[in-house]
Amino acid sequence: MKRILASVASILCLSAAGPALALNICIEGAYPPFSELADDGTLVGFDVDIANALCDEMNVECEMVKVDWDGIIPALLEKKCDAIVASMSITPDRAQVISFTDKYYNTPARLVAAKGTDLVDSPEGLAGKRLGVQRGTVHQPFAEAHYPDADIVLYGSQDEANLDLIAGRLDAVMADSVVLSLGFLETPQGADYAFFGEPHLDPAIHGEGVGIGVRKEDNDLREQLNGAIAAIRESGVYDDISGKYFDFDIYGE
Amino acid sequence: MENLIRYVPLLLNGVLVTVALALISLLFATLFGALGAAGRISRRPLASGAVLLYTTLVRGIPDLVLLLLVYFGGQRLLNNLASFLGLGPVSLSPFWAGVVAIAFIYGAYLTETFRGAYQTIPHGQVEAAQALGLRGFALHWNVTIPQLIRFALPGYANVWQVLVKSTAVVSVIGLEDLVGIANEAGKTAREPFIFYMAVLAVYLFITWISTTLFEAMERRYAVPLAHAR
Amino acid sequence: MRCRSPMRVDLILANWTLFAAGVWMTLQLTLLALLIGFCIALPAGLARARRQRFWSPLLQGYVYLFRGTPLLVQTYLIYYGLSQFAFVRESWAWLVLRDPWWCALIAFSLNSGAYATEIIRGAVETTPKGEAEAAMALGLSPRQRDFLVLIPSALRRALPQYGNEVVFMLHGSAVASVITLQDILGVGRTLNARFYLAYEGILTAALLYMAITFVLVGLFRMLERRYLRHMRPRSA
Repeated sequence: MKRILASVASILCLSAAGPALALNICIEGAYPPFSELADDGTLVGFDVDIANALCDEMNVECEMVKVDWDGIIPALLEKKCDAIVASMSITPDRAQVISFTDKYYNTPARLVAAKGTDLVDSPEGLAGKRLGVQRGTVHQPFAEAHYPDADIVLYGSQDEANLDLIAGRLDAVMADSVVLSLGFLETPQGADYAFFGEPHLDPAIHGEGVGIGVRKEDNDLREQLNGAIAAIRESGVYDDISGKYFDFDIYGE
Repeated sequence: MENLIRYVPLLLNGVLVTVALALISLLFATLFGALGAAGRISRRPLASGAVLLYTTLVRGIPDLVLLLLVYFGGQRLLNNLASFLGLGPVSLSPFWAGVVAIAFIYGAYLTETFRGAYQTIPHGQVEAAQALGLRGFALHWNVTIPQLIRFALPGYANVWQVLVKSTAVVSVIGLEDLVGIANEAGKTAREPFIFYMAVLAVYLFITWISTTLFEAMERRYAVPLAHAR
Repeated sequence: MRCRSPMRVDLILANWTLFAAGVWMTLQLTLLALLIGFCIALPAGLARARRQRFWSPLLQGYVYLFRGTPLLVQTYLIYYGLSQFAFVRESWAWLVLRDPWWCALIAFSLNSGAYATEIIRGAVETTPKGEAEAAMALGLSPRQRDFLVLIPSALRRALPQYGNEVVFMLHGSAVASVITLQDILGVGRTLNARFYLAYEGILTAALLYMAITFVLVGLFRMLERRYLRHMRPRSA
């Protein structure tokens, strides 16, 4: 009887880590220019290229798994994938659940609204305004902490928030500055919109940059990935990829 | 419009995924339904009670909610089961999570459909067959099941039509079915309206085809009495 | 043996006010959609049953469109699809359509209206001929006949099917969570995202939907017992 109970317990709550032969990498796919879906259905973007470069460097087979942002940490924990390469900020909150590699880039968050807006980037300036952020990103707690009186609307993906900004359902959106400029402001649809306020980088919320998420027990993988990040930084592969997308240094100081 | 045309190959792929998802789900739902009906009809209180619990609980949960539960919660169960059996991690894809959730829900509805159809069969027929010496499998195969099909067909067609529409929710967990692809492509092209209209048209087409097919089947299975006159 | 992640019931309990607000939003959307849907369906169902020359084919198209396609896509179309057009955004309709709550309500109402139209049409069509004849024999005017005899009798017979539609609408309303609304499922997903949970928020949502379903089913059983008493087999 005891053994049966123990078995049931093990099925219901415990899972042992099995070594992965090939790596599955969780990618979001709705976060241009870091990841998006091309016409032919393949995943493209900075995150995808970085993931591929790291896998080449480590000499392992990698498969990209497209997972919605909402479910990306559960997907890692439940072993749908072994690493998250999805522009995920290294935050103390998340570090309680998963562990992170060193950063692979770091950019600040900013606000966007219609060009010539009279909105002011302050708690009072956004009080009562509808501010769109992506659910489960660092921008959600940041907005809640810094604009407590704003009406914060949560979206499943950044694209949806941008669409609602254009539609006029939102007064402003907050997201990563690069995502907003390349994925929105520099596209035809974003022509009438612009940044306002200052770039925000609050270490307590935004963390120390964007890293690769792995399960806590996979420390070997984490160290291999750290080695690979250093190696592609060294070899110039990182700069080649970065140059493909950005005309500035995305790695940060 | 050009955007829509550019995405046609991808959208057609999505249609295939939607149809495959619906058909495979229907297959499993039919299986669950048949097992469930057998359990309900059986005189074993345990089996009958378990099935009643299953149909009551499942019909209390929205499809979208059960889907998310299967996709996120089910993965943990699956992993623990796999590691218990000494296997490596097994990944539950959005497609199979969709099959499980949809089959589970519509299996509960089909349980009721099949049970209702079975109870419509006049008891005298079973008695007559028994009097003729038919027992067990032979009795069911020759007498009850053919009539079961006839009586269950309208209900079955109904469940199928609802099930097809239910597949749309699987796009929420990232399945690239018709809805998922149209959603992403529509947002990327910033022309969601035309993409959603295309999706509606495809679903109407599927509904129309299914209605036509089921009507033909109902005519076929309804024959004997009409001819006997 | 150690559980890696036991169920975080504490987080759910700590956020019960969010769930209470979610239940309120779900109930609001469901009940209002049913009410508006019913107001569409009563005249529409009658027109369909009587095969009115002008309205009947139009209504048939409406019913076919909304019953033949997924509610999720209908909601997307109204929320994301319509807002694509500048002329919509510049019209008075935008006052309503800019709000996700109204978009959901419109989609749900039209959807429920289509299903209820079919239910009422079926119930009216199966009215025993004798009821209309009896009404005429009593010298009732056509209007009196409709409102005093045919409609009440049809609605009674529609009750079991309408009960199914009510549950169906409750479940369909979970779609509201995909257009940013914090209904029951929306709250569950937000909690999951904030605390990086796998299933606790959704499981709570599932239990809440189940509880509301049971209450509604019980309610309709009661109504059926009361209003369909005359149709039950007589006990000896």
